[in-house]
Amino acid sequence: MAVLISSTRSRSIKNSLAKWLITFGGISVLFTLVLIFLYLLYVVKPIFESAKIESKVNISLQLKANEKVLATGVDELQELVYEITDTGNIDFYHLKASDPLAKKQFAVGEHSFSAHLFADDDFKQERVVSIANSFTANKLLHTASGKTLLVQPSFYAEYSNDIRKIIPQVNYPLGQGSLVIDEQQIPLSQLAFAMDEEQIVFVAFTKDKRLIKTNFIADDEFGSSSNGDDVEYETNYQLIDYPVDVVDEIKVTPDLSLAFVRSGSTVRVYSLTDEEEVSLKATITPTLNDNTYLTAMALLSGSSSVLLGDSSGQISQWFEVATDSGRQFKQIRTFDADNENTSQTSSAITAIYTEQFRKSFYTMTTSGMVNVFYTTSSAHLWQGQLTSSQPAAFAIAPRANGLIIIGNDPLDANKRNLQTFSVHNEHPEVTWQALWQEVWYEGYPEPDYIWQSSSGSDDFEAKFSLVPISFGTIKAALYAMLFAVPVALSAAIYTAYFMTPSLRKKVKPTIEMMEALPTVILGFLAGLWLAPLMEEYLPAIFLLFILLPLATVLTAFSWHKLPNKIKDKLPESLAPILLIPVIMLTTYVAFALSPQLEAILFNGDMRQFLTNDLGINFDQRNALVVGIAMGFAVIPTIFTMAEDAIFSVPGHLTNGSLALGATQWQTLVGVVLLTASPGIFSAVMMGLGRAVGETMIVLMATGNTPILDWSIFQGMRTLAANIAVEMPEAEVGSSHYRILFLAAFVLFIFTFIFNTAAEFVRQRLREKYSSM
Amino acid sequence: MNKWFKSGAPWIWLSAGGVSISLISVLGLLWLIASRGLSYFWPSELYQFDLLDENGVKSVVIGEIYDREEIPVGQLAHLNLDLDPEQEVLERLLIKTGNRELVSLDFRWLLSHNITNTQKPKDLVVVERRTHGNFYGYIDSMVVDGNEVDSNQLDELLTRVEGFQQQIDELQKSDIGAINYQLERLRLKTRKYQLQDKLTPERQAKIDSEVVNLNQRYAKLEQELMGYREEISRDHIVMRAMDGQLVTINFEYILKVTFNNQLNLLEKLSTFFSQIGGFIIEDPREANTEGGVFPAIFGTVLMVLLMTVIVSPLGVIAAIYLHEYAGKNAFTKLLRISVINLAGVPSIVYGVFGLGFFVYMVGGSLDQLFYSENLPSPTFGTPGVLWSSLTLAILTLPVVIVSTEEGLSRIPLEMRYGSLALGATKAETLWRIILPIASPAIMTGIILAIARAAGEVAPLMLVGVVKMAPNLPLDGNFPFLHLDRKFMHLGFHIYDVGFQSPNVEAARPLVFATALLLVTIIVALNMTAVSIRNRLREKYKMLEH
Repeated sequence: MAVLISSTRSRSIKNSLAKWLITFGGISVLFTLVLIFLYLLYVVKPIFESAKIESKVNISLQLKANEKVLATGVDELQELVYEITDTGNIDFYHLKASDPLAKKQFAVGEHSFSAHLFADDDFKQERVVSIANSFTANKLLHTASGKTLLVQPSFYAEYSNDIRKIIPQVNYPLGQGSLVIDEQQIPLSQLAFAMDEEQIVFVAFTKDKRLIKTNFIADDEFGSSSNGDDVEYETNYQLIDYPVDVVDEIKVTPDLSLAFVRSGSTVRVYSLTDEEEVSLKATITPTLNDNTYLTAMALLSGSSSVLLGDSSGQISQWFEVATDSGRQFKQIRTFDADNENTSQTSSAITAIYTEQFRKSFYTMTTSGMVNVFYTTSSAHLWQGQLTSSQPAAFAIAPRANGLIIIGNDPLDANKRNLQTFSVHNEHPEVTWQALWQEVWYEGYPEPDYIWQSSSGSDDFEAKFSLVPISFGTIKAALYAMLFAVPVALSAAIYTAYFMTPSLRKKVKPTIEMMEALPTVILGFLAGLWLAPLMEEYLPAIFLLFILLPLATVLTAFSWHKLPNKIKDKLPESLAPILLIPVIMLTTYVAFALSPQLEAILFNGDMRQFLTNDLGINFDQRNALVVGIAMGFAVIPTIFTMAEDAIFSVPGHLTNGSLALGATQWQTLVGVVLLTASPGIFSAVMMGLGRAVGETMIVLMATGNTPILDWSIFQGMRTLAANIAVEMPEAEVGSSHYRILFLAAFVLFIFTFIFNTAAEFVRQRLREKYSSM
Repeated sequence: MNKWFKSGAPWIWLSAGGVSISLISVLGLLWLIASRGLSYFWPSELYQFDLLDENGVKSVVIGEIYDREEIPVGQLAHLNLDLDPEQEVLERLLIKTGNRELVSLDFRWLLSHNITNTQKPKDLVVVERRTHGNFYGYIDSMVVDGNEVDSNQLDELLTRVEGFQQQIDELQKSDIGAINYQLERLRLKTRKYQLQDKLTPERQAKIDSEVVNLNQRYAKLEQELMGYREEISRDHIVMRAMDGQLVTINFEYILKVTFNNQLNLLEKLSTFFSQIGGFIIEDPREANTEGGVFPAIFGTVLMVLLMTVIVSPLGVIAAIYLHEYAGKNAFTKLLRISVINLAGVPSIVYGVFGLGFFVYMVGGSLDQLFYSENLPSPTFGTPGVLWSSLTLAILTLPVVIVSTEEGLSRIPLEMRYGSLALGATKAETLWRIILPIASPAIMTGIILAIARAAGEVAPLMLVGVVKMAPNLPLDGNFPFLHLDRKFMHLGFHIYDVGFQSPNVEAARPLVFATALLLVTIIVALNMTAVSIRNRLREKYKMLEH
């Protein structure tokens, strides 16, 4: 009665409401798939974006007319910037306005704090001529009359009422007096240094043309006090035998092991590790075009690579490589900062600036053009003009997310401008080429495909090549298919075509039951039960591949020869049941024979035989184990679909063939399989899709080593297992995290293609059958 | 012979072999899991082996036989054994010797060649302990409150300790746990007021007084706990190990003492069932390698239930749309391809999507909006049971859709026409005629979805499963259901214990037992679903005639 009472109007409203709701629900399926696709893409996208550099703050500096800016720097959070002038002044400026609640208010660009670095009597009326940088914030000031001072502008955070304030300060790690670098105290024309807690190494070229090395060895530790008053150290002076009269540039690696000295277009590498003697390790002479010469040199983060820039705008990267004739410096790759081929004079590299932690670098050309490169991925990330002319000072923010450039004001020659830029360059190491092509990493003898996302050491460079893990995915899937396809298809053929309906009713759900088995259980059995078993009875496994078909055919033949009376009682339609004891017996025989076989053929231990005599590495959890275990996981998928396809081949086709005198087998091969072949194809595709994406079995049944090796006795790492292993440790938003998303995206696309193709073929087939 | 080959008969038999291999592997797999899993609960016999090694040194080993295998003599050449030259294989026994405080490994390989005498002494016992695993040996003496007593008081003493232990667990878990939970909530409340700038002195005072109150109760409970602790550690037992060493074990650590060699079949059966029961209702011990799997069962069930609540309406609605509303056009084809693809996308991809989208994006935004007092420690912006069930809901959506649609397609068109002809709207026909008839099919779909979800591990590793969850996601503290908590899962338990635990060999039987439990659940669910479906098919066949 309720239906009658409610008005027609409200019923029709309800009806259309239901329609809309259901339509919305139906479309949400498509929406979900699209959402997954788009979200994965959204996370992956930033790694393929090139760098962006945007101007942020512009500060006009208050300097005297004859004062020159020599260096600049910024704190980690980019809230305070400083510059050091040749008169020994350091000035700090705010880059961020104060918190509205803070006690002391200041605006962007406001002057914060100044100091005169020359407090000691040593430095009266001195002018700084050069500043040498180390990879840390330490700066070495050298004056016209040969005085040297080590300063460290630093920052610390102070909290009051939950408001953070960055406070600048200047430290003197070795005190405020002048340091003695040259024993004879002659002014230096070139100076470089590097320091750690125990040692400082200086390499310098004096005005009287001697190349010297000096090191300070701390009695206790450098940097233990901020004013350096009580730091005591021992000094060692050494003279380096140097064949040339001119030195253009000197660099010392941060691990204090090497010094690179450039004179014109030749770079000499000296080893500094021996306390007694500095030895020439190598001479680098790049092959340059006519009229080109080296103009700049810089060390890449990580102490191994040197970058050489030349007058035509080319930069080359060199590092030591193990070759047949010992370790040699080799040119690894080149970068071109002059891809517009402008005139020689304006494209020469004037300076190369490297980042502190990553392998990115910035180059400056005569015309003020800035280029950004990343060495390992050979990526040219950015090109553009940031200043109208050569800057007086250039610095990269500690987190590599900003630049500080001090240059002349374009409008007023006497004014100096400090400009800051924000740099968006989070994933310079990832390019499409670096992911899929061989990459030459530092310390490796040649370019290679390597996946190694993390390591214990700090200056480790992550190596993201998707090739080994994609290869592993294909290898695992292939071995699984090699095992699964014959078994699943033959089972499908027999079940669909030869089996009696009553038996089929029982067999089909039993095999399909396997599809429901959680893969974690298959993986666990493969890893903890099958793998040790196969290692122990390795000969048995190979024996089985021969014995099983043999035993089956033998059984068939003996059945054929049986008297008809028995044949009637055991009809051929019971073949699968008859074969069960045969197969089990054969398996038992193979396993029982295994130790004897091993003793006779392989000196008692097949594993050792493989490793020692054949030189094949053997992993307990190898491709064979994965192939069998994942094969079992895939069999039901292929079986079900292939069986359906064969079973639904219209009966009149087979009847026609049989009526014309073909045997059962001829009918099967000539008519049924041919008709059902698209269905079988789509079954195999579905199976492949499943094998490619399977995670737990591979994770548990292999050693998960990302290697490129087809060997059946070695493991692999697949895309899916790699995600499962590394995702929990990947930092959100890092390159690693995004590359793992890319791996998921690749999997998604792989399986999308397989599934769509399979479904398409199946739908076509269904139409074809219904028309027959 | 040649004719026989030409007839194709060998090929037919070979294809029959494919069926046989599939059948053997399915049934063999189930049998393997069942036998290994169940043997974990069966009280095994305890052996004492007298050994004489190659150097003429005699020793005694006590333990359970864990495994035996035959190995070719060639692999043992380095031992220079004195063997019969005819002999090609040797038997080797793996003995579980326990007694972790005395030996570094609780497993030991013995060559049967070295065993001079094997016996099963009646008074050999196995002591199950809270920590350090089993202890095998003889009871030397028992000390109650400093006085030595007769060993027939053992059961009595064990019951006494068990009683105290239960009270301790009760206190720790519910009472003290509740106080800690309330203290944490008060801390967050203060923080929230601070963030909103509403922390008035009255509020502060009220919170402070509550904190003081709770701390007082806490102190009292702690004292009670100390009392029980003292009681529980009063007595101890002195055991004699295989090498004659005496080891003192406090009752506090003892769970069970069994004379395995004295048990008759009936007692063995009862131990067997009580072990199974304990496995299901107890908490895990010793980094999950011993004890039960209750939290994992609970976590799995809760997550699957939540998932069912989400996936059922969505799946059914989508199926109804596809079958009843969608026209025969390209868009419907596209929808169907989406469904197939949702079913075919690797589960790990759902995990990655769930982690990025649900956990970090949706969860992170929820935290910003509603749980800012908790930041920087995340509430929903971290893997948890809600995100897990949502992720699995997407994963199992196609299962429900396909099954429901199949059910809908089996309902004869006449029923719809009949209803429409009597004046019902399409929605009414759906609600009152179609859905009730299709409900068994929907049921089938949901059961299959549950079975799939219960066995899925890979995505859960990213979106919420942990090896050891301190608290269940459902407890007595308001709001009772904690959707943000991480949980334990049977499938992950298998992976974790089998592959990540320090002592894989010792944990293996437990992994088999867990696998058996999981397989039983999943096979049972599947069989139910299949039988419902089959019955339904028969019913509609009858309707058609």
